Amino acid sequence: MSSGEAGWEERSVARIVPPIRPRKLAKVPFVELAEGRLQGVVSSGSSATRVYVSSIEAETHDFNCSTNNNRPCGGAQGSFHCKHLKALIDEAVKQYGLERVARYLKVEAAEGDDLHSLLNGKLVKAPAAVVFSRFLRHLTYLKVPAGSEPLPEMHWFPALKAVH
Amino acid sequence: MQGVQLAELVQTPPGVDEAMEAVAGFDAALADGLSRLGPRHSEAVDALAGAVSASPLGAAAADACGELAVGSISDTELSALAGARAALLGAVHDALLARLDGALGRTRAEWEEHPADAQEPPANLLAGARSWLRELAIAGWRGVDEELVSAADQTLEALWAEPRLRRLAVLLDGLAAELRVSCPVATMERIPERRWADLWTRAVLLAHSGSWTGGAAAVSGRLLPLGVDVHEHGTAVQAQLHAVLEPRGDGPVRLVRAAVAAAKVDTIVGPEVWDLLSGHPTLLAAIAERRAVDIADMPLTADGDLLWDEERAKAGEPADPFATARVRLPDAEAPAVAPLDRHPVRIAEPVLVEGYKAKRDGTFDLGGAAIDVDADRLPPSGPLTPQLVNASTACIGLLRWDAGRWTLQPLAVRSVAKKQPVEAHNGDWALGPTDPKAAKALARSGSAVAVLTERAGKLLRK
Ligand SMILES: [Zn+2]
Repeated sequence: MSSGEAGWEERSVARIVPPIRPRKLAKVPFVELAEGRLQGVVSSGSSATRVYVSSIEAETHDFNCSTNNNRPCGGAQGSFHCKHLKALIDEAVKQYGLERVARYLKVEAAEGDDLHSLLNGKLVKAPAAVVFSRFLRHLTYLKVPAGSEPLPEMHWFPALKAVH
Repeated sequence: MQGVQLAELVQTPPGVDEAMEAVAGFDAALADGLSRLGPRHSEAVDALAGAVSASPLGAAAADACGELAVGSISDTELSALAGARAALLGAVHDALLARLDGALGRTRAEWEEHPADAQEPPANLLAGARSWLRELAIAGWRGVDEELVSAADQTLEALWAEPRLRRLAVLLDGLAAELRVSCPVATMERIPERRWADLWTRAVLLAHSGSWTGGAAAVSGRLLPLGVDVHEHGTAVQAQLHAVLEPRGDGPVRLVRAAVAAAKVDTIVGPEVWDLLSGHPTLLAAIAERRAVDIADMPLTADGDLLWDEERAKAGEPADPFATARVRLPDAEAPAVAPLDRHPVRIAEPVLVEGYKAKRDGTFDLGGAAIDVDADRLPPSGPLTPQLVNASTACIGLLRWDAGRWTLQPLAVRSVAKKQPVEAHNGDWALGPTDPKAAKALARSGSAVAVLTERAGKLLRK
């Protein structure tokens, strides 16, 4: 079913989105490669309603970390990543695999490399609100009102074997 | 299914190759965008319209070609072309299913429309979906970038909040996610032309008038499970049970399905998806414990879908799916397929295969004929593995067709290990993994559903 196969273009069913790997979500409940950034939400440890919003830009690798109320994180300064940014990178690699994260951030990295040490951006203020609202939108999927109809369109989306 | 039946099944019905060629031409045009058709693509779009010229869609499709030629692309043209493409694939579906019924000696009910509850779908949501689908058609897959994908965000959010448009929401979200990871599509080495055109076409039809799931008639009787087919993308999961219904009173024994679905996020994967379906405990217990279910006045659509209602279901005695497949399946009447659902991807016919030789090349040799086993379609939410499939001696599976080829999708396998019969069914873990290794892995990663539900409860309260 991979795109290397002959006749792949004529298939109705094919895997396009690479599978993501299960990981513990408590510390970093939300990670995404979107809007030209690796971005996500990191638990604060002390408060359930306060979280840190961390992001790293593709190409420049400039980063930011602040609370969801836009209070700057004390740990992220100059060219130093705070523990939230480190956690974000670690969890992103667990979820997507090193290759996919590195490709998105446009950095050369080989299996076994410490991605964190290859990112040499600087702190650049970015509003946390956008990422935080994307996290809230992500969570709304768990609150979606139930439907009762069968979904025939899901035949285009079979559950496919995990890839390790 | 016997070797001779398989040998008959795999003969391609007349007309299928020609229809697929017309579809492929249109799909290539859609990949480049319908706004600036070169001579090759113009010809292909004309050929698609020509292929349905004798049908009621003929005039509208021909008009659409004329309009495209002068650069006009409105909903009218796109609906006509999507309709033509869907009609061709519907015809292919019908030819394949007739071939299957003939080969297996399967009787199938005639299509009978039950009137559905007349409810107007929210027009503004449908218009929002149509407008994004039009932009996609104009840009072509090769013109899709992140900005164009993100343009669907608000529409998608609104669609998900409307249960009547769930089919469209699930479909468009699946398509958007695929386009997003492929951005910019122009840099993709190969484009899944058939697949994306399929998804686009179905979405255009659903965005035209909303869902066409028909009305239902109440049935009562004993439901005997055959196996579970699991469907999943980043934000949705569906478990579809195939079963035999022994009706109370008169009427034929029937092949039916019962599907339950839930929204999810991409970090909920593997056996955890069952947690999202835990609002259907009787169904999940029947699946996990391989039990019959007594149903009373449960709605059944004309195309064989039970609209699952826990209030009308009671778990019954243990019922061996292999025994059901051997004894009840051969005489069960298969349901008709709703006209607008007809597409080869929707063919999923349960069969029992036994006495085969599992070959190294991934096929089952039934004696005289061999079928490819789809080893990719083994859901991470269940115990089936390629090793179990290769070692099996009996299999309940779904016959499927894609890209000119029939395959068998295993739902359950039986094998012999240390002289003891061993079985594995897709739905074995519906109440939690029964395999210690899988249970441990789940415990290690902790419950994603619990973590996210807790956050949602705290942060979305307002
Ligand atoms: Zn921080």
